[in-house]
Amino acid sequence: MAKIWAIFRKDLLIELRTKDTLNSMLFFGVVVLVIFNFALESLRDTIRSAVPGILWVSFAFSGTLGLNRMFAAEKENGCLQGLLMVPVDRGTIYFGKMLAATVFMLVTEAIIFVLSLVFFNLTVWGEIPYLILVFLLGTLGFTAVGTLLSAIAVNTKLREVLLPLILFPVILPILVNAVEATNIVLNTPDYSALRLPLTVMAVFTIVFGTISYLLFEHVLED
Amino acid sequence: MNENFQPRLDAVLAIVLVLGMALALYMALIGAPQETSSGMGDLQRIFYFHVPAGITGMTAFAVNFFASVAYVLRRNRRWDNLALSAAEVGVMFFAIVLITGPIWAKPAWFVWWTWSPRLTLSLILCLLYIAYLLIRNYIEDPEKKALVSAVFGIVAFADTPLVWFSIRWWRDIHPSPMLETGGLGRSMRPAFWICWAAFQVLFVFLLRRRYYLESMKCEMELLEREADAVH
Repeated sequence: MAKIWAIFRKDLLIELRTKDTLNSMLFFGVVVLVIFNFALESLRDTIRSAVPGILWVSFAFSGTLGLNRMFAAEKENGCLQGLLMVPVDRGTIYFGKMLAATVFMLVTEAIIFVLSLVFFNLTVWGEIPYLILVFLLGTLGFTAVGTLLSAIAVNTKLREVLLPLILFPVILPILVNAVEATNIVLNTPDYSALRLPLTVMAVFTIVFGTISYLLFEHVLED
Repeated sequence: MNENFQPRLDAVLAIVLVLGMALALYMALIGAPQETSSGMGDLQRIFYFHVPAGITGMTAFAVNFFASVAYVLRRNRRWDNLALSAAEVGVMFFAIVLITGPIWAKPAWFVWWTWSPRLTLSLILCLLYIAYLLIRNYIEDPEKKALVSAVFGIVAFADTPLVWFSIRWWRDIHPSPMLETGGLGRSMRPAFWICWAAFQVLFVFLLRRRYYLESMKCEMELLEREADAVH
């Protein structure tokens, strides 16, 4: 546990000093919001029903950008070698990295969400606790498999280009359910329907968390 | 030469395949009675190719999964060769599914495509295994390539049921499995099973050919490396 924390803290410190990843994630997320505003011009009056989709596309795009940086920075400076030499289980590295990616994504999501309230003129108060739960579960599922695939992508010739190609088909269940759950919270009065999408997201996170934990060491091998 | 090559078995397979495919074509296009109960007529005959291709494609992806697991555990290149061959053949069969589907759907449903669960699942499966084949192109070290794609093969197969559980409550207008519901008339069953068997033989045949090809590539690589070492 302490080892996971150490790796997480390392990534967080680097990020706090440079702010490279967060800045680019945030900027890209906002740009996506703005583009959707133009793309869905004709839906202006009923935009609230489209907001769950817009939000999650924006989260997924900015999240992919963040995941790409998780290993790219270390690959460039040969730091990955150092990290691999640390006498810890490779699975520990996975959880540390996943935790860092999750925190980066959640921070970005919070800001993108507040901006979307402004851009799309939404009012939410009572929905916020439920939204936090949905965002948290969706993000955990995203980073659970995303961290593994990011480690795969940095090993290839294409590096950053490959990640979205292999990530998005796999991540589909999370996106579908997260959009569904966000839609239930924002646009329907009955929250009991939330149970199903939340369960699928939780199952996804557990299944891919386990698979990634078990397979991560093979991917990082050199 | 690789000891796995069994030219005699391949020749037998090829003969069975040619005869089987000819019989399947005859049964599907002429032998089976014309569909009358829902007014589809001859249009229904595409079913004899669409469904067996789907079943065969699924079989191929399952083979890919088991070969991927075996590779991670055993680290024998043969498993990787098998996994790659299965993925390629599987994508091809799913391409048949995704091409014959819309051809049938346009006159039957009046649309080429609809986001019904079965259609969505087939498309996503196809995308997942195209992604699997994509990764392989961009890793040079053969050991690394085999390992990384085995990991992705496992992830892709584990994803399949989750995709299904995420979308299964979407409105489905795709016909439900005919054999389970008994919707396939008794007189049509021989044609279906012959087509099914012919596709299975085609699968085994293609898988073996592709596997040989990959094994030979491996041997080539090995020999080239040895030659480089000598010089």
